[in-house]
Amino acid sequence: MSAPTQLSEPIAEDARMAAPNTLSLGGSLPRFTPPVTLAVLLLVSAGALFLLDAWNPAVLVIVTAVAYMVVITLASVIVENSRKAKDRLVTAVVYVCFGIAMVPLVSLLWTVLAEGIVRLDGYFLSVSMNGVTPSMDAGGAYHAVLGTLVITGIAALISVPIGLMTAIYLVEYGRGRLKTAITFFVDVMTGIPSIVAGLFVVALWIMIFGPGETNGLAGAISLSVLMIPVVVRSCEEMLRLVPNELREASYALGVPKWLTVLKVVLPTAIAGITTGIMLALARVIGETAPLILTAGSSAVAINANPVEGQMMSLPVFIYSQVRMGGAINYERAWAAALTLIAIVMLLFFVARLVSRFFAPKAR
Amino acid sequence: MAKRIDVSGLHVYYGDFLAVEDVSMTIEPRSVTAFIGSSGCGKSTFLRTLNRMHEVTPGARVQGKVLLDDQDVYGSEVDPVAVRREVGMVFQRPNPFPTMSIYDNVIAGAKLNNQRLNKSAADDLVERSLRGANLWEEVKDRLGRPGAGLSGGQQQRLCIARAIAVEPSVLLMDEPCSALDPISTLAIEDLISELKENYTIVIVTHNMQQAARVSDVTAFFNLAGTGKPGKLIEMGETNKIFTKPEKKETENYITGRFG
Repeated sequence: MSAPTQLSEPIAEDARMAAPNTLSLGGSLPRFTPPVTLAVLLLVSAGALFLLDAWNPAVLVIVTAVAYMVVITLASVIVENSRKAKDRLVTAVVYVCFGIAMVPLVSLLWTVLAEGIVRLDGYFLSVSMNGVTPSMDAGGAYHAVLGTLVITGIAALISVPIGLMTAIYLVEYGRGRLKTAITFFVDVMTGIPSIVAGLFVVALWIMIFGPGETNGLAGAISLSVLMIPVVVRSCEEMLRLVPNELREASYALGVPKWLTVLKVVLPTAIAGITTGIMLALARVIGETAPLILTAGSSAVAINANPVEGQMMSLPVFIYSQVRMGGAINYERAWAAALTLIAIVMLLFFVARLVSRFFAPKAR
Repeated sequence: MAKRIDVSGLHVYYGDFLAVEDVSMTIEPRSVTAFIGSSGCGKSTFLRTLNRMHEVTPGARVQGKVLLDDQDVYGSEVDPVAVRREVGMVFQRPNPFPTMSIYDNVIAGAKLNNQRLNKSAADDLVERSLRGANLWEEVKDRLGRPGAGLSGGQQQRLCIARAIAVEPSVLLMDEPCSALDPISTLAIEDLISELKENYTIVIVTHNMQQAARVSDVTAFFNLAGTGKPGKLIEMGETNKIFTKPEKKETENYITGRFG
């Protein structure tokens, strides 16, 4: 409590002595203190690291962060008071944690972008690997992009109606044992490892077509096994958010229940449902294991027919290229990874547009 | 257009729990009947049985008879959906459909039921209903705007317009003003007095001045005790209920003395 606070009232002075922490308001650090301190500490640590010959950006960031926490807390204790000092310390900790959380994300995006951009061009996106030997400087991922779109498209066509209708059943109609059972099995399905979903379809296909049959439809079905529970869960949450008052308002106008669900509940929840479906799609579009088992991993030619022959997809393309191990294969894998991320981002962008378009407007 | 409601020996249950016991009453057409009573005494529950809205709650059922003119509301061949077209309802909290414009909210009854309305008939219905709800002058220039953008009182009048657009013969109101400020409350009360020319109106209210101001007949409900069913204690001309009630319980409630 070294701040020179002048208190003229003797009573206040007594109180201050009795409880120094609560009554001493102290001064306050100027608003530019945190950024200036941070900049100064960054320079100082950089200089120190150079002198010690231990230059390393990661170490610099860590040293600066720790030094900043110490300095800002001490400065605040001296100039301000202990409550504000705690506030500044915790603020610094929160920012550091946020920074740590961002490191893998930014690093991943940066690596994929830097490595993938080398080979990602119109040629890569428009040709297949048909007739290309693994180390040849040619070939592309058109067949994989096509396969990914066909397989996830069919998976969505299967999962969205089943998932959405299950959610409607659970929220609007279900009661008793059946509802509990469905909720339980949806929860169990959420936890199914994706390779098991693949095995399930392999077993199914062996039963129906005999061993060795792989095609795009099998891949789509294995993905829909993974996608349905996610769709059910997110749609269920969204439907529950629709206020009961709206349903009652509709019943009171003499509207039957099914029309109420169709024309009041679904439109009110459509923005959230769209987002949920897009999240589910994003979840399955990167699945590799079940597709290797069901759609095959050796397709090199363009195949848009989901019921005939192997079908390549972007994740499996990445997998098989990396397994070949040459420099050119790694380049192809990174370019395919970048393509996959771009497709997912595009999906999210479309979902945003859709939900903004449908969202209930206040004015 | 307005119809008489005859209730005889009505019990309402939630599962095994008897919520309202043995209510018999006659509600006259072209009048306003107010239900008063403490919270939880079953007046809203009873109100909801008049258009079978209670069936929305799982486990709710009734015993007894409700006649709308001469038609049994609970007859085996009667569709609850048809009952609700005949007996409209306005809720405690204004609940316009958030995805719809003011215009679409008013014709929601027809639109949601997939009825085809040509443009001029729809325009006509919207104007008539909004005029009927005293809202036309305030919103006629912004019918395409979302209904959720209106003030609370306007939203409630929009809900009334929506209810009268399906041309019911009875209008049930469940504490329609409890979420509104005094000015909006006054607007709704004026509206109720106008609407009773054409409709049978039943209103649940916690505001006794409101019951005294708008209603012709008042019914007082009370609980016999915690966990016991609600009962109709006394029903009569509003004037009489508020000045010379027959039962001691009614007098205590109206004058603010309990127990």
